[in-house]
Amino acid sequence: MTPENDLENRTEAIAPFGSRRQFIRAAAITLGTGLLPAGPVPINAQESGEKAPLLDVPAATADVTPFTVHVPQAALDDLKNRLAHARWPNKEPVTDWSQGVPLAKMRALADYWARDYDWRRAESALNSLPQFRTSLDGLGIYFIHLRSKHERALPIVLTHGWPGSVFEFLEVIRPLTDPTAYGGTENDAFHVVVPALPGFGFSDKPADKGWNVMRIANAWASLMKRLGYERWVAQGGDWGAGVTTALGHLQPPGLAGIHLNWPLVFPEKIPTEGLTHDEQRAVDAEVIFRTQGAGYFLEQATRPQTIGAALADSPIGQAAWIYEKFNAWTDHDGDVDSALTKDQMLDDISLYWLTNSAASSARIYWENSPSSYAGGKIDLPVGVSVFPKEIYRAPRSWAEKDYSKLIYWNELTKGGHFAAFEQPTAFVRELRACFALLRA
Amino acid sequence: MKSQRTGAELKERSVNGQLLEDRTGVRAPLTSRRTFIREAATTGVASIFSPGLVPISDQGSATQAAQFVLPSATKDVTPFKVHVPQAVLDDLKNRLAGARWPNKEPVTDWSQGVPLAKAQTLVEYWRTRYDWRRVESSLNGLPQFRTQIDGLGIYFIHVRSKHQNALPIILTHGWPGSIIEFLQVIGPLTDPTAHGGTADEAFHIVIPSLPGFGFSDKPTEVGWGLPRIANAWADLMARLGYSHYVAQGGDWGAGVTSWMAKQHESGLAAIHLNLPILFPPPPPPAGGYTAVEQPALAQLVKYGSDGAAYGLIQGTRPQTLGYGLADSPVGQAIWIYEKFQAWSDNKGDPAETISVDHMLDDISLYWLTETAASSARLYFESWGKDFGRMDIDLPVAVSIFKGDFFTPPKVWGDQTYSKLFYWNDVPKGGHFAALEQPELFVAELRKSFAGMR
Repeated sequence: MTPENDLENRTEAIAPFGSRRQFIRAAAITLGTGLLPAGPVPINAQESGEKAPLLDVPAATADVTPFTVHVPQAALDDLKNRLAHARWPNKEPVTDWSQGVPLAKMRALADYWARDYDWRRAESALNSLPQFRTSLDGLGIYFIHLRSKHERALPIVLTHGWPGSVFEFLEVIRPLTDPTAYGGTENDAFHVVVPALPGFGFSDKPADKGWNVMRIANAWASLMKRLGYERWVAQGGDWGAGVTTALGHLQPPGLAGIHLNWPLVFPEKIPTEGLTHDEQRAVDAEVIFRTQGAGYFLEQATRPQTIGAALADSPIGQAAWIYEKFNAWTDHDGDVDSALTKDQMLDDISLYWLTNSAASSARIYWENSPSSYAGGKIDLPVGVSVFPKEIYRAPRSWAEKDYSKLIYWNELTKGGHFAAFEQPTAFVRELRACFALLRA
Repeated sequence: MKSQRTGAELKERSVNGQLLEDRTGVRAPLTSRRTFIREAATTGVASIFSPGLVPISDQGSATQAAQFVLPSATKDVTPFKVHVPQAVLDDLKNRLAGARWPNKEPVTDWSQGVPLAKAQTLVEYWRTRYDWRRVESSLNGLPQFRTQIDGLGIYFIHVRSKHQNALPIILTHGWPGSIIEFLQVIGPLTDPTAHGGTADEAFHIVIPSLPGFGFSDKPTEVGWGLPRIANAWADLMARLGYSHYVAQGGDWGAGVTSWMAKQHESGLAAIHLNLPILFPPPPPPAGGYTAVEQPALAQLVKYGSDGAAYGLIQGTRPQTLGYGLADSPVGQAIWIYEKFQAWSDNKGDPAETISVDHMLDDISLYWLTETAASSARLYFESWGKDFGRMDIDLPVAVSIFKGDFFTPPKVWGDQTYSKLFYWNDVPKGGHFAALEQPELFVAELRKSFAGMR
């Protein structure tokens, strides 16, 4: 497929409605009994008394095919039904989050989810953006793709992590693509690509093993090529940083540089003495994380299918599994709601639940099983923004050792692990400042 | 209530020269128990009352899951019967029928956890063929009690031998085990002459549920780690009138049992462990570890890298994990089933060594008593803290079941237990020794404690 053809596909979001209908009809016929979330033709949910409603997505092809989210009402009804019949553990014997999400907090979140939360609002927000699916390396990958009106905009692929999702980036997409409407100049413009990782959201769930960060990085490089981008940059935190770091190693044609909000710069072997203050602080934070905060990590890295059985069947289980991390990793005043609204958290949680991707997302840990945060040396230009409530704050000294072209470094005063989600304005400012240095 | 008392219970009076009623609490007139039950029902404390004679219908709110509520325990030793309300069993089947499954694992083995097909097979059996009332009847055929120790209601099975000279023993289960592990060994241990043994091999048996497990209360405060449980067990044995007894355990049961020995609990004469907590004694020997030590070291490394996640999450975030497991019987079943497969002596399928019914007895007990989070909290209390190698100077006996996931060498036992009087490597059986190989388990206890009476 030539870039010209790709461009045509890329703009299909604004293509005549008729052609989209054709695709949807074709997909519906092919899928037979499946539920089709996209498109104007409503298809009834599978309502076997013994089957929970399924959300199927149409098979992806090598084409870049427009995609619209429509979760069947039956799936939402099933969710509410499960929430109404939730069976709760007894109250924790502590007065804080030290054993996990406190019962009262969890009940409040579940009550809000059942009564006040509106998935259709989130769905509309997604559907207000051009969304697509395309097959990469045999797997259907979902992505948001919004082009800037500015000709010279810099293409960027933003990669989320776990338990994040494309929702993390919703509030930065328009400021990045349309800077003149959001306090910037047209020189700040980006064409934005936000894919969902394999096994996450509306991307396919891998049926075979092997989808590690390097393979994902390869797929992202193919995606950018398929979209016709010849010179582009990449950004990520969490697993997004893993994929983006892998892109840095891969150096695919066209990749001009990367930005990380969680740089993986630990030395292979951490020195036991002579550490600077910042290095010691990072080491201490990593020890606390490894001993106190890595239970989810080790479980997902070793037994994703086992934990997946519970999280696939219980929305409160899924919600708690994620809510804990929003509390632990965001920059808040004691109440996680001060960092992210319940709606924001539940958008993300609902996406995991409705796409039944607890197990498939957990498998990214199994695939990579990293034993350290040593991301290795990168010779492409790298920019870093360190947010203060990150799991560990990367020391600049280590970044300078790993990144031969550390073009940008900034330590912010507010924000945590979910940088774009928590501090969209600051996040946008960081990307503008960083990549101003790489614009042609 | 008297009709429910077994011969073994009635024997207690003569054996210990003490009024049965003083220890069992059944001296209270039946009417007063009825009154209590009625009061509880009226106040809504016990909407479903498991042991009472008066069946109380369950709370039928549509948005409330059916619940199983324990009667509060007192310092008396109060007889207890298990009766899970039908609504709770119906709720379980409904949940199983409506299960939503993850997609199939992308591997062809157990390396990502329980394979989907295996999980679905187990759950289908649970939903369509498994009969909880069978195990409930088995339990109710045994003398069961609850008593309050250190502020917490503790459930236990207590079967006295007919033999005067029987040795009292307290058997402690672990996670994800339960009292279910010991059901097959109770008869042989208490009544040896009917099970290939002699009268001088008889035991009086006490099998408590750990705090937060089974029909014991769930602690509402932190602090119920191994040392405290060990003290509670000693109090229990004293309350039952035993002044000379032994203790046995594997897994967390080994932790409790070891702590009982370490604390020199009054009356404790010796212990037997089927999973001795024998991590390599520090420091490593100058010449490196010997060949006999290497396999156990390798087991620990493998456990740490590929087998300890359940422990880390239960040790650090039991409440978070508890939401999924309290709400999803599939989640609860798979969380436990994985360990039956990983830790029992099998060539791939745990049913080779533990029947599916027995596995589901144990799993059902966790589900029906809603103890996923409360049992996990024992890891929060003690994992990596109290559960470690400890020097013990009471007599110690050890049986290593070779299919366990950790089989330390005797040399570590020699270095750790100053009075290691028995050590045997049992060729068959694994982590759930009493459940997998009840006959061998009984033989080990008989041999270990032959000289203790």
